[in-house]
Amino acid sequence: MENFKLLGKKATRFGFAEALVELGEKYPNVVVLGADVTGSVLTSFFRDKFPDRFFSIGVAEQNATTIAVGLALSGKIPFFATYSAFSAFRNADQLRISVCYNNANVKIGGGHSGITVGPDGATHQALEELSLLRTLPNMTLVVPCDYIETRKATLAVAEFFGPAFVRFGRAPVPWFTTEETSFKIGKAEIFREGKDVAIVACGLMVWEALVAAEELWKRRGISAMVINNHTLKPIDVKTLVDAAKLCGAVVTAEEHQVHGGLGGAVAEVLAKNYPVPMEFVGMPDTFGVSGEPEELLVKFGMTWREIYSSALKVIERRDNKIGSNHVYRKVKDIAPLSNDIL
Amino acid sequence: MKFKKILFHNFVFFAITMEIFFEPKVFENKKRKPEEFAEIAKELRRDVIKSLLLAKSGHSGGSLGTADIFAVLFFGGFLRYKPENPKWEKRDRFVLSAGHICPILYATLARAGFFPVAELATLRKLGSRLQGHPALDTELPGIETSAGSLGQGISIAVGMALSDKYLDKNDRRVFALTGDGELQEGSTWEAAMAAGNYKLDNLCWIVDNNDCQIDGRVREVMSIYPIDKKFEAFNFDVITIDGHNYNEIINAFEKFINNHNNQIGKPTVIIAKTKMGFPISFMTDNYEWHGIPPNEEQALRALAELQ
Repeated sequence: MENFKLLGKKATRFGFAEALVELGEKYPNVVVLGADVTGSVLTSFFRDKFPDRFFSIGVAEQNATTIAVGLALSGKIPFFATYSAFSAFRNADQLRISVCYNNANVKIGGGHSGITVGPDGATHQALEELSLLRTLPNMTLVVPCDYIETRKATLAVAEFFGPAFVRFGRAPVPWFTTEETSFKIGKAEIFREGKDVAIVACGLMVWEALVAAEELWKRRGISAMVINNHTLKPIDVKTLVDAAKLCGAVVTAEEHQVHGGLGGAVAEVLAKNYPVPMEFVGMPDTFGVSGEPEELLVKFGMTWREIYSSALKVIERRDNKIGSNHVYRKVKDIAPLSNDIL
Repeated sequence: MKFKKILFHNFVFFAITMEIFFEPKVFENKKRKPEEFAEIAKELRRDVIKSLLLAKSGHSGGSLGTADIFAVLFFGGFLRYKPENPKWEKRDRFVLSAGHICPILYATLARAGFFPVAELATLRKLGSRLQGHPALDTELPGIETSAGSLGQGISIAVGMALSDKYLDKNDRRVFALTGDGELQEGSTWEAAMAAGNYKLDNLCWIVDNNDCQIDGRVREVMSIYPIDKKFEAFNFDVITIDGHNYNEIINAFEKFINNHNNQIGKPTVIIAKTKMGFPISFMTDNYEWHGIPPNEEQALRALAELQ
């Protein structure tokens, strides 16, 4: 088990941008589309190095998404990146029909995601896109936890055929994984062993989960497992179910609305396979406001403190069997099985 | 009275069974005299009527109205393709952005030899490769992209043309057809802006300008006119034609091919003035035929008119 330490702070967008340059060198058919904010999402790195393979489309995200499909149907590997507010919502119909229904080899970068885009305010704080993208057939959805993992994720999505979305952010955030930390699309990684409660997190909340786990141990002697669930789709059912079986209580943590994102995805898996009490840490079904990233994470309750208190709450629910006193009759005794031939 | 009615229905049924036979005839893609296209377009229109009748739903108007354009594009030597090798890497590409008029595309592809003509009878049925709107995942030969949500196909065509002109630097051409109501989708103008900006002289955009959409006349639902001046402003070479006049259709495609060969640095748009449902007497220029199929009697009458 790797012992994670804070290595510094760096915005995840650098990981995306550096990976694009690497991919540009490796694959001559990797192309990048820009929608005016290339300096913000740092696709400018690729543009400056490979000007012939960079297409400026202007502030026209629907068009950029579908042009990317045309390039993909011509054998290219197009990456289109802008703010998540526009690369997942403004172009949602194009993602659904042209990208996913075509199963086109288009890779979307969602930059400036989450509340940590900060002072720009609610219009630019994409906090809903995971729920939308998660329902699209053929889509692979990755929310890396730090700068290094964003680089790995970006490199990884170029290696398979099909639509993919990589989410990253603008603000410097904790950087704690290394080149050696294992990363595989579709494989949730256990970042800390534990047996009392499982904390499943993605994005910058993975670091907060590690902090919460340490505090739970130091203050209460609670052993918390931390799972970095970077791939929301396809989701790693086995790791999640094993964690639920071992701990019997789960907390999810994400920089996203509490509805429909990572929490929803984990709840779907557990409800079907191994139901346990769950608590959800995330944006509480409201729009954001302007402020500094760290102020906003505190204001809307997306820090280790909320994970800590949610862990205590979910453990209490498990231990006191809250909500599970009802005795149900056994259905198998009611009618003959032959009635079930439909 | 009742007996008469039953007799009539039996007659209709018999007549339909006889008519619905899809003769497995294919047409060559070669330079032709204008008058030769009439026979091909008639066959395509008959296929459209028959497959829509069997499907019991679908879009008659635009499918019939564009048959002359499809006949010239696919069978006049303008679109280069190999039906026996649909993914031939030097092929020109045709993108149907107005996905709802796919019955005419399916008929055309079948008559070009991409797949058996008899398959036209499966339109919109469970398990068919002929989906209600074109679907890439059915792997129907000749389909370049899924389409159905209006405005998207044309941007895909722009992406293909970008790829051909700037990355692969080949001499392939991209043809795309949108409706005129489709131009109400804002993203079509994003596509126009990009095509003009990138000087895509390998792109031929055909606008099926029948002035009809589901709710009524395009000019009344939401006017998109003047179309030609809008495209001119986006740096297009604009050609306006009668979309039922073979001479004019041929000249328009020849002009585009010259534009491409001479690298004029402008995309071409062909604004084809057509009549929805043409030439069926009771469908022509009637927007109520946008999204419905003929019933048995209507199909018989239409097929009789297409003898």
